Amino acid sequence: MDLILKGIVEAFKLLVHGDPAVTMIALLSLGVSLSATAISLIIGIALGTAIGLTRFFGRRFLISLINTGMGAPPTVVGLVVMIFLWRNGPLGVLHLLYTPAAMVVAQFIISVPIITGFTLASTQQIDKKMQFQLQALGASRMQMVWLLLKESRLPLLAAVTAGFGAIISEVGASMMVGGNITGQTRVFTTAIVMETGKGEFGTAIALSIILMILVFGVNLLLTWVQQRSKTS
Amino acid sequence: MKFSGKRRAIFPAILLSLAVLGLVFSLMGCGTTTSPAPSGQGTTIVQGKTQTGSATTQTTTPVTAAATTAAPAVREVILATTTSTQDTGLLDVLVPLFEQKTGYRVKTIAVGTGAAIAMGQRGEADVLLVHDYTKEIPLVNNGYGINRKLVMHNDFIIAGPAADPAGIIGSKTAIDAYKKIAAAKALFISRGDASGTNSAELRLWTAAGISSKGQSWYQETGQGMGATLAVAAEKNGYVFTDNATYYSTQKTTGLKVVFEGDPVLLNVYHVIQVNPGKSNKINGPGGRAFVLFMIDPEIQRFIGQFGLGKFGRALFVPDAGKTEAELGVQ
Amino acid sequence: MSPGSGGTAPAGVTNLTVAYGTRKVLDVPALEVLPGEVLVVIGPNGSGKTTLLLCLALLVRPTTGTVSYFGQPVTGQRQILQLRRRLAVVFQESLLLNNSVWENVTLGMRLRGVPKNEVKARAQKWLERFGVAHLAKRQARTLSGGEAKRVSLARAFVLEPEVLFLDEPFAALDSPTRQALLEDFEGVLRETKVSTLMVTHDRNEALALADRVAVLIGGTMRQLGTPAEVFNFPVDEEVAVFVEAGNILPGKILSQTAGLAVISTDGKEIEAVSSLPAGMKVTVCLRHEDVTLSLPGAGPLTTSARNRFAGRVTRIFPVGSQVRVTLDCGFPLAALITGRSLEGMGLKEGQEVVATFKASSIHLIGHK
Repeated sequence: MDLILKGIVEAFKLLVHGDPAVTMIALLSLGVSLSATAISLIIGIALGTAIGLTRFFGRRFLISLINTGMGAPPTVVGLVVMIFLWRNGPLGVLHLLYTPAAMVVAQFIISVPIITGFTLASTQQIDKKMQFQLQALGASRMQMVWLLLKESRLPLLAAVTAGFGAIISEVGASMMVGGNITGQTRVFTTAIVMETGKGEFGTAIALSIILMILVFGVNLLLTWVQQRSKTS
Repeated sequence: MKFSGKRRAIFPAILLSLAVLGLVFSLMGCGTTTSPAPSGQGTTIVQGKTQTGSATTQTTTPVTAAATTAAPAVREVILATTTSTQDTGLLDVLVPLFEQKTGYRVKTIAVGTGAAIAMGQRGEADVLLVHDYTKEIPLVNNGYGINRKLVMHNDFIIAGPAADPAGIIGSKTAIDAYKKIAAAKALFISRGDASGTNSAELRLWTAAGISSKGQSWYQETGQGMGATLAVAAEKNGYVFTDNATYYSTQKTTGLKVVFEGDPVLLNVYHVIQVNPGKSNKINGPGGRAFVLFMIDPEIQRFIGQFGLGKFGRALFVPDAGKTEAELGVQ
Repeated sequence: MSPGSGGTAPAGVTNLTVAYGTRKVLDVPALEVLPGEVLVVIGPNGSGKTTLLLCLALLVRPTTGTVSYFGQPVTGQRQILQLRRRLAVVFQESLLLNNSVWENVTLGMRLRGVPKNEVKARAQKWLERFGVAHLAKRQARTLSGGEAKRVSLARAFVLEPEVLFLDEPFAALDSPTRQALLEDFEGVLRETKVSTLMVTHDRNEALALADRVAVLIGGTMRQLGTPAEVFNFPVDEEVAVFVEAGNILPGKILSQTAGLAVISTDGKEIEAVSSLPAGMKVTVCLRHEDVTLSLPGAGPLTTSARNRFAGRVTRIFPVGSQVRVTLDCGFPLAALITGRSLEGMGLKEGQEVVATFKASSIHLIGHK
């Protein structure tokens, strides 16, 4: 118990003093996870809408792939990405391993099935006749998709929250493809694991508290938007 | 879409701002080479523990880095090392020094000796800093490692509860201590993670003729040194550890040194360059520069004083230039 | 008997087929919606009516055949998009978006680039016309079924379409709501005179609204004609069974006395229980099974039935296990009797019979 109190005190001190190392960790954590979320939003929504609104051969198989992807262990994703990105791997020429970019790639792969799956679920729910109605009103294909997406904006915001939550809390893949390098690829989760491994529990708790505050902040924003959309 | 009113734009606005924020943050992350501590201050996370007022260390810091030579051809150097070296914070200080001096950009990957050696073998690293001769020597013999140089050492010790239930204190040799533990069936916590420390611990069990694995009193955590020490402290068990990690966590764990000093307990670190001849993806000059850096007399002096300010004792003994035989190791 | 008005049909199909894999669901060689008419397509579930509507409304591509507008065949995606913006479609579900009523009603106009002041004026006008102007700011989700349907109708009419399509628009409403809405809707149709194609399985709607009725069964069109033609003279047994027509007679109320109306049709007078006013044009509906037949000369029966007519059998027609006997009583009348009665009475074509039916069996549809 005293350890937690110690952690809270340390967290407070770190925040107030603006410890540069912690600032760097915070910037990296947010940067990597927000970028990955944004990119997977674009692709996930496009993919989820396309699959949700159309019928084609092999659709069901694709959907079960996506559902499997939603539950894929992040560490496994990390391992596979690492093997692809290391020097002797097929993408080694890109020299991405142990950079924030590699972490964005891994986190993107982790969150895109989540967002696609959510989008898929919400677009599938829409009455098929609604597509016809919108087209009859004069909407082009793009306009129709846009209108349908707005119809399902609540589940979509849930998708963002889920996707972001999954990757900001992820440690296995980030550790493997990032390398937890000081000032370069060290994010909250990898730092927490490292400090715990060192036995520095107070520091680990302090970092955890700061991370939770950040995550709470982002979710607060998303929830505010979601609830606003409900009434608009 | 002309029918979208102002309110409609909120969704893409969010998307866009997320992406922009994200890019900005990660670019900021990429910008700095290492932690912002050109003054040589340690980049240990918690400020309270930073080497403030470690005047002794500061003055001897060879920050008089010679003007960086012309930027090297391939800047990136991947250093694969052990968690124990990272945990002491030594590399957090040495690596920035190296970078300033040579213009290389180092990626320190602390994975543990087993993985580090494997990375060396695969050419995924340029230089290794490890402490397990049983794995290092085959690497060199097979031609994957070159320029294996002695860098420094510290000691392994056996730590345990103050009550010392197996009566280890006063043992003559490490093997004696082990035998007492086995005889008393006293709780012993092992890392069990193929690290250099674990490797040394296991070698001693073999030497003592005791098969510890599988015994009820022998438990493996599969984790790093700090976590394993914490488990030992929690369960009042004995633990085989390096003294650097022991001292840096002593206040929290409350464990006592129950045995130390046996020459077989020397924890020797070598730096090994990954042979660039094996693959053109390996940064030969970079690896070599790091090796030279670690055995450089100025750096060696620095190593010898690391920890004095923080823990009141130096954590490593610099050994460059000596032979393995002098230390009684391989 | 199509009300040819000289102009080219706004919408039509030629050699239209729609097939899903090997299953052919629609096969219509020709059909047109004439200018200003209300064409009602009726048929059982799965007969392809909705598919026909979707093809005509350019929402579904036919497997073979062409859809034409104003005499020109429709080709190319761009033409389709342009034409769509001159039509309006109303479905069985109201299909409103999760927005305010105003947003929903104006969406189509905004998509079509109608100028802002126009948008406001039309929306206001049609919301009032359908009696839902007071709901303009409400969230569409909170509306009742009837209110939502009115909004979706308003949404269609604000577009001032050249052709209006409706797919079973009132099917999901409960009876009283449907009645009220039908009246309003009929009025609007008559005022705007927009060419309309409506799909329904409800006879009353067909009777109330149609200029022509097309019967679609199993993907093929069996009959096309005025409601009277189709309901009185179904062309084959399947149509007859579906149409379960009953007798349909045009007439006019001559007098109205305390709930009993006297209707003149084809020179004869029929009495019916109804409170519709004198002078009103009506359609008399009488189910076949409500007509009783007796042989003449069987003595003057004292019966409570107000209506007795002598007539001659013109046709005898098996319908399932029963028989339909069509008579000429000065106006056409048909009765549904059991096979046994037929034998028992020894009815044959050309025979003189007396047809009797109660005033309360008659269902009157009033036309304002």
